[in-house]
Amino acid sequence: MTVMTLIDAIREAMDEELERDPRVFITGEDVGERGGVFRATQGLHEKYGDTRIVDSPLAELSIVAIGIGAALTDLRPICEIQFADFIHPAFNQIVNEAARFYYRSNGQWHVPLVIRSPYGGGIGGGLYHSQSVEAFFAHVPGLKIVVPSTPYDAKGLLKSAVRDPNPVLFFEPKKGYRAIKGEVPDDDYTIPIGPARIAREGRDLSVFAYGMMAHYTMMAAEKVAREDGIDAEVIDLRTLLPIDKAAILASVKKTGKALIVHEDNLTMGYGAEIAAVLSDEGFEYLDGPVKRYAAPDVPGVPFSHPMQEYFMPNPDKIADAIRDLAAY
Amino acid sequence: MVTTTTARASARLSEEQLLQMYWYMLLSRRLDERAWAMHRQSKIAFHISGMGHEAAQVGAAFAINRGVDYVHPYYRDLALMLAIGITPTDFMMSLYGKKDELSSGARQMPSHFSSKALNIVSSSSPVATQVPQAAGIAFAIKYRQQMGLQDPNDETQPRLVFTTLGEGSTSQGEWHEGMNWAGVHDLPFICMVQNNLYAISVPIEEQMAVAHVADRADAYGVRGVMVDGNDVLAVYDVMAEAVERAYNGDGATLVEAKTYRIVPHSSDDDDRSYRSREEVEEWKKKDPILRFQKVLLEETILSDTLIDDYESRARDAVNKAQVEAEAAPWPAPEEAIGDVYAPLEAI
Repeated sequence: MTVMTLIDAIREAMDEELERDPRVFITGEDVGERGGVFRATQGLHEKYGDTRIVDSPLAELSIVAIGIGAALTDLRPICEIQFADFIHPAFNQIVNEAARFYYRSNGQWHVPLVIRSPYGGGIGGGLYHSQSVEAFFAHVPGLKIVVPSTPYDAKGLLKSAVRDPNPVLFFEPKKGYRAIKGEVPDDDYTIPIGPARIAREGRDLSVFAYGMMAHYTMMAAEKVAREDGIDAEVIDLRTLLPIDKAAILASVKKTGKALIVHEDNLTMGYGAEIAAVLSDEGFEYLDGPVKRYAAPDVPGVPFSHPMQEYFMPNPDKIADAIRDLAAY
Repeated sequence: MVTTTTARASARLSEEQLLQMYWYMLLSRRLDERAWAMHRQSKIAFHISGMGHEAAQVGAAFAINRGVDYVHPYYRDLALMLAIGITPTDFMMSLYGKKDELSSGARQMPSHFSSKALNIVSSSSPVATQVPQAAGIAFAIKYRQQMGLQDPNDETQPRLVFTTLGEGSTSQGEWHEGMNWAGVHDLPFICMVQNNLYAISVPIEEQMAVAHVADRADAYGVRGVMVDGNDVLAVYDVMAEAVERAYNGDGATLVEAKTYRIVPHSSDDDDRSYRSREEVEEWKKKDPILRFQKVLLEETILSDTLIDDYESRARDAVNKAQVEAEAAPWPAPEEAIGDVYAPLEAI
């Protein structure tokens, strides 16, 4: 076991996959000598050279489209979109193309593509360096969406993503890149795409979160346990698509109450689907309303610090939401 | 730079090859005409046509390694597809949407061609999406060669990608980004723009401020070539040169084939609202099939008897395909929900 940061774990996963499989290559803006603006690919250009660590033109749709084309020939591209906020020019290629190839060709063509992108706010990034974009893509059959929150999960899930025959969007909570540290095994391991993880066992209510919010929710759960004696179960969803219905239902069957937390804005966000699953298939388990705690419905995360902090969920606000639901 | 070619690679085509080219152009035309008729008889819901484009497509097909080199086509490419190996029955099955239709299992509209076995890549309806993907395929070919995963001289492996689109689609950013990658990385990539002067109803003057699509090649640092797209041998000549360059690692080519769609955009379009009958009639006189027929008659490769014979063979092939497709079963309704994710073992 080695203790490392989230971004170190991501880099190590890529390094080991590049080492393991000559079909793996990386492209994106500044991923070469610069090592990426967040240093996710630092040292990889030096180790693997121009052929495999490819600086792209500053144009996101073709970063993805080049990846799709290469994946169609059975290479294993890892495409980096520098900030999730910049993924929108590639929406057509992701949604109309990558997601639909297998279905539209009756299973002839598959697209083993990974798109990595840092997402999320609270880092002074304003409207265009803070976005959470998962809900746009979670609606699209054919895509897989992974949002890791620990170094251990990030490494194991990214390796699974590279080895998956389908297009995988891998959204990384950039606020946690260096803030989150954890133990990572030294040997090769993978974590399957799909299953959620029980991050904290509890009896009183279930809280569902992912990415940075999974961390904040853990902090909030410890706080309410200490201060109020509330025993919250925390489920780190890890994979948003396919959705792990079984884990969601099993937890609520045990606790009877559900709170969903995300830093994406509330309306039509990912939490709405979890609430719908619970309404459809978990109604008889519920002892209270399914609650969502999410960012306000404004067009983006504002830049100035007081406004940013108003926008962002944090452990104290999540703790309040847990208390409210526990009191129901 | 836009150049014209003086090399006549087509002079090396055998009589047999020339007759094959004639056959695919004719077969495509007769199939296409039948599809229009079937639509008017309410037998099928939709048809999108390539009539008038046959020379550009067949000339190109014969210059590449058919069935081996990657082709990322668009929806007007019926003649190109037939020349590579899609059969009339495959096409008829797509018109009806019958079970196990080759391209998509009848999930897609007709003329959205795909065959993994022939390295024909599945395409969608939003235009130009195939161009940056084709650049990605070309990038992968170069990558495999550089990584020692593929011998650059192995003719059993794809050594280039050929992608096609109409001039209207070159207004898309996707075209620009794909061409840019092809230029930056000197990729084994050939993009053929079949310039038929209209983006459905919008004439070329309202699409671009330059005279020729090929003029844009300079902007991407690729070779640009213009050719009379109704002259199948001229198309073959410029394509043969582009293919040679791609195989030799000399980079990408943009081929602009000037042609004309002699029918409406699709079975749902009425072109009388945007162009004169006189204009269409003028272009019909330049019909690429009649033009090639004339050349082959002059060279005594074709004869009047042979022309009749080909017509009869084409009619039989179209009839047989239609009968087969009509008799084929419909997909099971539940096939609507298959093939969302490739299974993990697909890797």
